[in-house]
Amino acid sequence: MDKKIEVNKEKIDWEENMTVDRILKIMNYTFKMIVVKVNGELVKKDNYNTKIIPEGSDVQVIHLIAGG
Amino acid sequence: MKAKHKLLKEYSYKLGEIYRGYTNRTLYVNISDNTIKEKLVTELMKEKFIGGKGFGLWLLWNGTKDDTKWNDPENEIIIAPGPIAGITQYSGAGKSLVVSISPTTDSVMDCNVGGFFGPFLKFSGFDALEIQGKAEKDIIIIIEGTKGTVRIEEAPEEAVDSYILVEQLTEMYADDETDKRNISVISSGKAAEHSLIGMLNFSWYDVKRKTCRLKQAGRGGIGTVFRDKHIKAVVAKVSGVKGDMNHVFDMQEIRERGRRFGKEMRELDDSQARMRQVGTAHLVEIMNDYDLLPVHNFKFGSHPDAHKIDSKVLKTRFTQGMPDGCWLGCLMSCCKAVEGYEVKTGPYKGQIVTVDGPEYETIGALGSCCGIFDPEHLFECNFYCDTYGIDTISFGTAIAFAVECYENGILNEERTGGLRLNFGNSDAAMELLHQMARGEGFGVVVGSGVRKMKEKFAKEYGADPKFLQDIGMENKGLEYSQYVSKESLAQQGGYAMTNKGPQHDEAWLIFMDMVNKQIPTFKDKAEALYYFPMFRTWFGLMGLCKLPWNDVEPEDNAESDEPAKVPEHVDNYVTIFNAVTGKDIDKHELIRQSERVYNFQRIFNLRKGFGKREDDAQPYRAAGPVTVEEYESRKERYDKQMKEIIGVEPEGKSTEEKIAITRKYREGAYEKLLDAVYERRGWTKNGIPTIEHLKEISMDLPGLIEVVKPYLK
Ligand code: SF4
Repeated sequence: MDKKIEVNKEKIDWEENMTVDRILKIMNYTFKMIVVKVNGELVKKDNYNTKIIPEGSDVQVIHLIAGG
Repeated sequence: MKAKHKLLKEYSYKLGEIYRGYTNRTLYVNISDNTIKEKLVTELMKEKFIGGKGFGLWLLWNGTKDDTKWNDPENEIIIAPGPIAGITQYSGAGKSLVVSISPTTDSVMDCNVGGFFGPFLKFSGFDALEIQGKAEKDIIIIIEGTKGTVRIEEAPEEAVDSYILVEQLTEMYADDETDKRNISVISSGKAAEHSLIGMLNFSWYDVKRKTCRLKQAGRGGIGTVFRDKHIKAVVAKVSGVKGDMNHVFDMQEIRERGRRFGKEMRELDDSQARMRQVGTAHLVEIMNDYDLLPVHNFKFGSHPDAHKIDSKVLKTRFTQGMPDGCWLGCLMSCCKAVEGYEVKTGPYKGQIVTVDGPEYETIGALGSCCGIFDPEHLFECNFYCDTYGIDTISFGTAIAFAVECYENGILNEERTGGLRLNFGNSDAAMELLHQMARGEGFGVVVGSGVRKMKEKFAKEYGADPKFLQDIGMENKGLEYSQYVSKESLAQQGGYAMTNKGPQHDEAWLIFMDMVNKQIPTFKDKAEALYYFPMFRTWFGLMGLCKLPWNDVEPEDNAESDEPAKVPEHVDNYVTIFNAVTGKDIDKHELIRQSERVYNFQRIFNLRKGFGKREDDAQPYRAAGPVTVEEYESRKERYDKQMKEIIGVEPEGKSTEEKIAITRKYREGAYEKLLDAVYERRGWTKNGIPTIEHLKEISMDLPGLIEVVKPYLK
């Protein structure tokens, strides 16, 4: 079975050395005002390209409302 | 030009002082019989209606009858800033709320608009301006807040189009160049006279650019009401504007919150929404990336050419290094301008002008929604919409609807007066706009808005009313603003359950719902559709702009318990309200203040014959794919949902069958949403506020009970 993680309740393939930045790219999440939590723990913006996401993680990328 | 003015009435009044955000009187001007008088603001008004939109609705409720039509002389236009409007120490505090009976919805309309008029009206001594009647000839109303006079004058020679008129009047009433900053003008334009989607421009003088700038009260055709009343303009003039004109209770508190907000803007805006650099245009690329940017009359949510009209392109045309605010002290400064633009068509061809914006909604409506991905067209069309007094959102959405009808054979060249209305045809769009201004041709048909076009095309051209209903992006008679709501059930409610019609200023829940999946159950969605519309209504009671609430956020917002609400900013607002008025509300009472007015507006709709469940129905295009082309363009998504959510195997089914299955599911979900939201809001299944609920929120005024009672039997 493929190794997976869950991003905003959607299952995606897990990759070795996967960072937050990589996830944002895969999901095409280009909006800047976001909050990222990995297994409930907040990841600071500065760590988006260093924090490694373990297999099976539950990743939340919370987009804050904007619009109009 | 001024020599040709004929004075119809002059009224002198005693200048007063604003006390803790209120002047405690409103100004009534009747242009049928030239009555001008002052009305006292009662304690009941302040307690139940707070100010701004609340005052506007209350005055309109008392000034009109159940059956007053938009073009009856007794219809009113009310312009009201709120108690916070006019402060300069916190960003976004110069808004006016405009209220009237709308020609497109036949019910109550409200618009929130920047520009200096609202604060100037207040500094002149009034919490609201209430205009009633209909003049025989074109008039202007001049409020001189320094002298204490209000005049109604016939003004035969001034232009009608805003681009010329606002400069003429600013020049006319300013003593010299420095004095121009003390003038604000409300105006509309030629096309507002021949359409139902006319808007109002509110001006301010841009000292840096030495030109008049405009902000729009766009929605619902109030510009059409204005021109139908033969009002050319309303001018307010004050002088000596200072930081504490409101005589607030505690200036220190306001300054402190303003200082904190200013720090956020300085340090965070460039890495967050870039409001100072590009304004709301940054949303174009975001919405395109998330499949939310309306393309081809909301069929799709993205387009490969969207990059041609995104903020990177527009930024190269905006005047650089000049963040502008539409009221003094706004550090978010999101107003943008394209200077030195040479007009290419129409009566102003060859002239070099400054174009305000374009903002996100305008880019979506005039651009992607019509399949036009050309920045030059956006500038040209935005300029003419502004100067002719036309709402860009309704214009673009109406054109897109007409184009889809054309491409489906409902319209043809004979019916459009020879125009080939295809997606992407910018020349045809411009021609329709000019026709609207001249009162000719198919432009007048488009200018009647989507709802009236649907009726006409079914009746006169035998088009299928069901298809027209499915693709006509209007609800309550108002055209949709520019977000694709198909994949967010909560936003479908955020649009179609609004009081005035589908404008996103009540609720924008797409990210919470569709992307974050934070509100998965009906109960969650209902809670969001309770909290956010109530919270966002509050800006309109205050005279505040909502952009500074969540288009920048404190650095530690992510760690707060409810980041989507931006709790620190909510606390700023509670603090500022108390510091202005001397009252002592908390964040719960803030919601209650809005809830009273929100329910009042719902009941006002009811009084006008609307405001029921059937009026919250949405066109299916807002909820899902209407056509085979649409379904197939997102086949993978829809098939996956059919399998995983609906529990039906898509394999082996035709696209038509799959459209029908998807539709049945989505329409059912919307009905369940209505049930859940009505219950949360304290309304019946028919969407009527119950008497118990009105009592609970202290809004059980006898006149309101009388209206709801027959519906509760
Ligand atoms: S944020 Fe923009 S629209 Fe709002 S008050 Fe400031 S300049 Fe005006």
